[in-house]
Amino acid sequence: MRAFLKRFVRHRPAVLGLVILLAVTAFALLAPAIHPASPFSLIGKPFQAPFGEYLFGTDQLGRDLAAALLYGARTTLLIGLVATAIAVLVGVTIGGLAGYYGGRIDSWLMRLTEIFQTIPFFLFAILLLAVLTPSIGNVILAIAVVSWPPMARLVRGEFIAMRDREFVLACISMGMSHSRIILRHILPNTLSSIIVTASLMVATAILIESSLSFLGLSDPNVMSWGFIIGAGRTAIRSAWWVCAIPGIAILLTVMAINLVGEGLNDALNPRLRTL
Amino acid sequence: MTDDENVLSIEALTVDLPPWADRPHAVEGVSLALRRNEILCVVGESGSGKSVMARSVLGLSTSRHVQPSAGRILYAGEDLLKAAPERMRAVRGSRIAMIFQEPMTALNPVLTIGQQIEEAVAVHVRISRDERRRKVLDMLAAVQLPDPARIHAAYPHQVSGGQRQRAMIAMALMLEPDILIADEPTTALDVTTQAQVLALIREMQRKRQMAVLFITHDFGVVAEIADRIAVMQHGKLVEHGPAADILERPQHPYTRALLAAVPDLASAPARHDFDSAEVALKVSGLQKSYRSKGIFRAAATKTVHAAKDVAIQIRRGETVGIVGESGSGKSTVARCIARLVEPDAGEIRVGDVDFGRLSQRALRPKRNRIQMVFQDPYGSLDPRQSVGSLIAEGPRIHGATAEASRQRAIELLMLVGLDARSADRFPHEFSGGQRQRIGLARALALDPDVLIADEPVSALDVSVQAQVLRLLADIRERLGLSVLFITHDLRVAGQVCDSIAVMRYGEIVEFGRTETVFNAPVHPYTQALFAAVPGRDWSLRRSAAAKRQHP
Repeated sequence: MRAFLKRFVRHRPAVLGLVILLAVTAFALLAPAIHPASPFSLIGKPFQAPFGEYLFGTDQLGRDLAAALLYGARTTLLIGLVATAIAVLVGVTIGGLAGYYGGRIDSWLMRLTEIFQTIPFFLFAILLLAVLTPSIGNVILAIAVVSWPPMARLVRGEFIAMRDREFVLACISMGMSHSRIILRHILPNTLSSIIVTASLMVATAILIESSLSFLGLSDPNVMSWGFIIGAGRTAIRSAWWVCAIPGIAILLTVMAINLVGEGLNDALNPRLRTL
Repeated sequence: MTDDENVLSIEALTVDLPPWADRPHAVEGVSLALRRNEILCVVGESGSGKSVMARSVLGLSTSRHVQPSAGRILYAGEDLLKAAPERMRAVRGSRIAMIFQEPMTALNPVLTIGQQIEEAVAVHVRISRDERRRKVLDMLAAVQLPDPARIHAAYPHQVSGGQRQRAMIAMALMLEPDILIADEPTTALDVTTQAQVLALIREMQRKRQMAVLFITHDFGVVAEIADRIAVMQHGKLVEHGPAADILERPQHPYTRALLAAVPDLASAPARHDFDSAEVALKVSGLQKSYRSKGIFRAAATKTVHAAKDVAIQIRRGETVGIVGESGSGKSTVARCIARLVEPDAGEIRVGDVDFGRLSQRALRPKRNRIQMVFQDPYGSLDPRQSVGSLIAEGPRIHGATAEASRQRAIELLMLVGLDARSADRFPHEFSGGQRQRIGLARALALDPDVLIADEPVSALDVSVQAQVLRLLADIRERLGLSVLFITHDLRVAGQVCDSIAVMRYGEIVEFGRTETVFNAPVHPYTQALFAAVPGRDWSLRRSAAAKRQHP
């Protein structure tokens, strides 16, 4: 664990990413304390420029952009984390079963995965939300449904590589059950690639959520960064800050997550460890 | 020019290792001269710095952290360590050529063998295409490749390992270099192929009066080919001199220990008679074949018989060896018996259990009757589990309590000669030999009736190999274990096995008491195997001398 931290800290950009990410998380958690009022409440004249009466100004209805940004961070992080968790669970299960058992199970599970992979993922997410009602639960579901196939592919590959290793043969010859071999021996050995991929999936999930809210397909009762941009896009020539400020927030957060992911990769990847 | 002239002198060469390595230098103050028309063998165990030293000559370093820091490498009066990159490129391949251990990875898989050899020529000399092709074909014929035109047009994967190594030698010799550096060139080859390639290197060296720097870990190979020998340990040169002197009268204690660790090519004295003991394992009619299907044509389907009607019987306490080259099916047989691979047909009985016919579910609780020790000390232990839990896991899943399993793990660690504190450490903290001990402890944790050891010492250095073999012999004696011992190495088989089965193409061609098989092999293939063992004459001379001393 200490060696891992040491390797992670050696990667400077990853530390920067972690700092940004922790700041965003802190703001999300402290949102009600900093801004007790609802982010939807109208507080002043519309289209006030930033750094005037309000830190980030107001939008077209006179809502406080700083409050919107704080509460938006909660939604964005929540959706990113929960959707990724579901996608990882599904992806690891399907990929793991396919890779471990091989043969017919592998063929069927991989054909299923390919069906999901052949549909353009963003259109698929839009379609799902158009059929279901746009609520926060459904947004998470839609993002999870379009995100798991790459994880399944990756885990399948890792499991196939592990399955023929001699330590797995040793487990079989000891009389271990399949579930024990999978959970106790193979899965821990693939964990580093799963963590790295998952960290990058969080970033993608945030981008998908923002795009969906931009199109007005997210929950209208929940403030999110994409929602602010979507609402402010008609006034982009006269009030650029309504789109720009949440845009920068998305950019920074996604970049931070990617940097952390890269740092995790360098710290966890045993092939890079010696250098 | 006389034979005594030095073509290459390495003077006080030191190569640094990165700061986090376990020692500061890969090579430390090594001085060595290579003379015209001789084969100089550099012998050492893994990590002795022999390969790093050889690669330094050509300025090939494995990593940017491993760089020569002191000394000179003189070739024709020029210090190669100070030579400019362009000059080194001119020297490499044309004046000093190199061949590697694994010809499959040393050749580019997307180019034909002919293209690659021609390219090596084209880089250094300007001659017409036709002439180049003719020269390459001549060279392929000179290294005794059958049908040079076919080999010329073949891709590396289309020819056998021995043929690939011959092609590599042809490539190295194309420009008639003064020096050939051979880094473990026969280690990846089967014993019969190895003998042919060694003979070829010897013949080419004599014909061209080249100097050959031959890196190897195998004293058998050394005895076969060396004119002079240099022994390395921990980056230092401990002893060098004419081959006969080093082999017959080693001075340095390390050299003596290394030579003593090489098993004799003879059967160890018979332990006792097993004919009256009960049968621990009986295998009969074992069949296994692999089919590779063509996707579009049924005719492309190929069937490989990995086991054809194999029958083996092991009595309690007895050790039976299966000896064969790669692809002979010996590992498949081992895995079929342990039911890691499902056999197509055949009977496997362990004591009174019909092991071969149990369903997967019924098999699981009975799996403890047969346990395996694997070849790869790095791949056979789960890197994420502590050694204690690795060993305790077997008893645990067969119903022992956590406390009892842990106690058992510690007992077993002590039995295989490791510290009880090892239990809390992880596999990567141990050396190869120690890991094989851990693997053995894990197999013994379930009190098996039969232990299958699949090449358990092939990946180990010769001195470690001797220790592990001694441990195995000691434990089987103490526990009365029945062992099925799979190996490609006749020397090792002669030391541990009571009986030997020789396998070829999935069939047992000869079976008998070890003494009988060693002293009077009947089948022509067995005879060929014995004839091909490198350093055979030296081994036989040595055992005869030992017998004279201790009659």
